[in-house]
Amino acid sequence: MMALYSNPRLLSTVRGAVEPLAETLGFPAAQRRSITRAVDEALTNIVRHSYGNRPDRPITLYFRRARRRRGNSVEQGLEIVLCDHGPAVDPDKLRGRPLDELRPGGLGLHFIHEAMDTVEFTRKGLTNRLRLVKYLAEVRKDV
Amino acid sequence: MQISARRNDGTTIFDLSGDIDFANSPEVRQSLLREIRESRVPRVVVNLSGVHYIDSSGVASLVEGLKASRDLGSRFILFGLSTAAREVLQLSRLLKVFEIYDSEEEALAP
Repeated sequence: MMALYSNPRLLSTVRGAVEPLAETLGFPAAQRRSITRAVDEALTNIVRHSYGNRPDRPITLYFRRARRRRGNSVEQGLEIVLCDHGPAVDPDKLRGRPLDELRPGGLGLHFIHEAMDTVEFTRKGLTNRLRLVKYLAEVRKDV
Repeated sequence: MQISARRNDGTTIFDLSGDIDFANSPEVRQSLLREIRESRVPRVVVNLSGVHYIDSSGVASLVEGLKASRDLGSRFILFGLSTAAREVLQLSRLLKVFEIYDSEEEALAP
């Protein structure tokens, strides 16, 4: 678990923690970068949209190993849950934008969806909860 | 993140280093746009060889630089992209939108 404030200066600290964690779990370099990017973009969205750039609001990240069964195999992965206490988010705004026009902004959600196998947003009580899961491509048989 | 500029013979070269993320991309954006709009040099070159991470807000700053340059009829060139920076531009489908070179020598060629 990691608890931090919504200060953009802390983004690099989180990136510095996520990438080694993904490495420990066996993700190859390109996937480590994409997972780290997804978490960074998700945090940025919380800072910007959930907390309106206020740097003193609480954000909590939970990390755990993920497992899913596929036939006779079990895939291992990394689950990351980001929680904040901002206003409820409209799920329709979490889909990203088409990339066929040249304009700044709106790319973060695209990066998140591209990187992760699961992107789930839920609102529980006063908490926004974004669940991100990435499974290792390597499949261990008969586990 | 550090940003500095070199000016020579109608070209401004920005040397960026460190990570570009939401904490510092406004500074990148402001520096690029000020140079493009106030100095109006015919060519702005961005050296990304020291940048190992760039997020969507950093990409947005580069897109704004490109659009401002196009509006004024000047060139906006990137060089020295790390693997991570190239990945992000690829994901954004911008690799073919920007003028990109491997080295400063190539970027400054007429």
